[in-house]
Amino acid sequence: MTFLQSLIDGIGLGAVYAVVAVGIGLVFGVMRLVNFAYGELITAGGYTLALLSGAPAIVAIIVCFAVVVTLALIQERIAFRPLRGASPATMLIATFAVSFLLQNVYLLIFGSRGSTVGTLGQLNEAIAIGSLRIRYITIVAAVVGAALLAGLTFVLNRTMIGLQLRAAAADLRTARTLGVRADRVITAAFAISGVLAAAVAILLTVQSPLVTPDYGVSVTIFALVGVVVGGLDRLVTAALGGFAIGFANAFVGDLLPSSGSAYLPSVVYGLVILILVVRPSGLFASRRATAAERV
Amino acid sequence: MPEPVLELREVEIRYGRLPAVRNLSLTLERGEIVGLIGPNGAGKSTTLHAVMGLVPLHSGTMALRGAPLRGRPEDRARSGIGLVPEGRHIFASLTVEENLRLGLSARRSADGTAADREWVTSLFPVIGEFAHRVAGTLSGGQQQQLAIARALIARPEVLLLDEPSLGLAPIVVETLFQTLATIREGGVSILLVEQRGALTVGFADRTHVLANAELRLTLGPGDAGDTQHLTEQLTAAYLS
Repeated sequence: MTFLQSLIDGIGLGAVYAVVAVGIGLVFGVMRLVNFAYGELITAGGYTLALLSGAPAIVAIIVCFAVVVTLALIQERIAFRPLRGASPATMLIATFAVSFLLQNVYLLIFGSRGSTVGTLGQLNEAIAIGSLRIRYITIVAAVVGAALLAGLTFVLNRTMIGLQLRAAAADLRTARTLGVRADRVITAAFAISGVLAAAVAILLTVQSPLVTPDYGVSVTIFALVGVVVGGLDRLVTAALGGFAIGFANAFVGDLLPSSGSAYLPSVVYGLVILILVVRPSGLFASRRATAAERV
Repeated sequence: MPEPVLELREVEIRYGRLPAVRNLSLTLERGEIVGLIGPNGAGKSTTLHAVMGLVPLHSGTMALRGAPLRGRPEDRARSGIGLVPEGRHIFASLTVEENLRLGLSARRSADGTAADREWVTSLFPVIGEFAHRVAGTLSGGQQQQLAIARALIARPEVLLLDEPSLGLAPIVVETLFQTLATIREGGVSILLVEQRGALTVGFADRTHVLANAELRLTLGPGDAGDTQHLTEQLTAAYLS
């Protein structure tokens, strides 16, 4: 039963990491930019929900989406668009700069003690099936994660902007010579990644309601690890990597004694190193995968 | 005299301090095919890239239908310029149909799309035949046809072709050039960069010979008749 419990917990956790991984992977595909400031989008969503704790849940959720998507678009417009064409190292440093800047802005506005989110707190209640405890949020996270990934797959495969995103991810220069507007495609990628970050903020604040300035950092780092483990060549492998990290966290967390829970990240990262030694291109990346298939 | 569709006047392009093209002037009339030949590094592809907005001009001017040609590559594609790049650059992981749909991105209006799709499919039947096949699985010749069809479906006034015969069998090249002649009959002007000098000189209305970043010689179809003389002319131009 412990195995089954870990499996269920892993699904809930993995769905969140998978959504974050896809949000990061989408922007990476088009811009070759690993956005380390992605976590700050999640934090912005968390603070928005905290500020609107007394409001109806639907209002809080809508405002959360609006704030996070707007912040994602502002990140792109102000910080990353002027650096387009700069070296990858410059872009990477810029994402760190944006990340630190936003964390300090949160610190100035909200302080270091944290703000508590009350929205959808009832989803923390659990149903018991025998010795299994399944929290509603685990089910919601799995369903929302699956719905978001299915929706994104639909957009990428069935719409013109999705086709342009896939083409831009494969070869932005050629796509532009065909009339694909780089600004529009990159803006779309950031907007979609913002939608995913907002969804993650909602799911995450139910599980961990105390929002601090660095709230989104750890989930982003775990998701990035998932992206690396899964392989950056396609969004589906990035998502699978996110799930793998979720499962690893759940199972390792279950195996460790409660006094050793502080070592959970160390054990998970140790596993990641082991995987990358055996499969440097990622756990799920095809051996024949090319850089032309990132999205 | 009608206004040229495309006009380059005293164009200079540099990579850093190194001149890639110097003092190049040329015109392209409606339905005309103009060739650009020369050795590697002569500045042929760079000229096409400058017209497409992929590299900036150092000096000189470019005009499309008399209006200054400016803006980003996507703006130029939307203003009526289509590029078939060297090496085709088809989207290998997308289907043939998806590659073709991307070509529609440059259209300002959906009017006439169906007729143009029919036109390119009649020019390149392979596009219709393998519509749902992943483009990366096509042969080199088929990929080249797809790359041209993808540019054509946007209905450009000027088609920039960068070494379309590269890596193709002679019989395929012959068919390809026949198709280019049909495309020009549709009113499309073609600026054709090629390595196959004799073939291009005999095929194009005018062929400019570039060497060492400069225009050295302009030849007409009549110059292709005497192969030995043409070879001597080209050799002299390349070495001068």
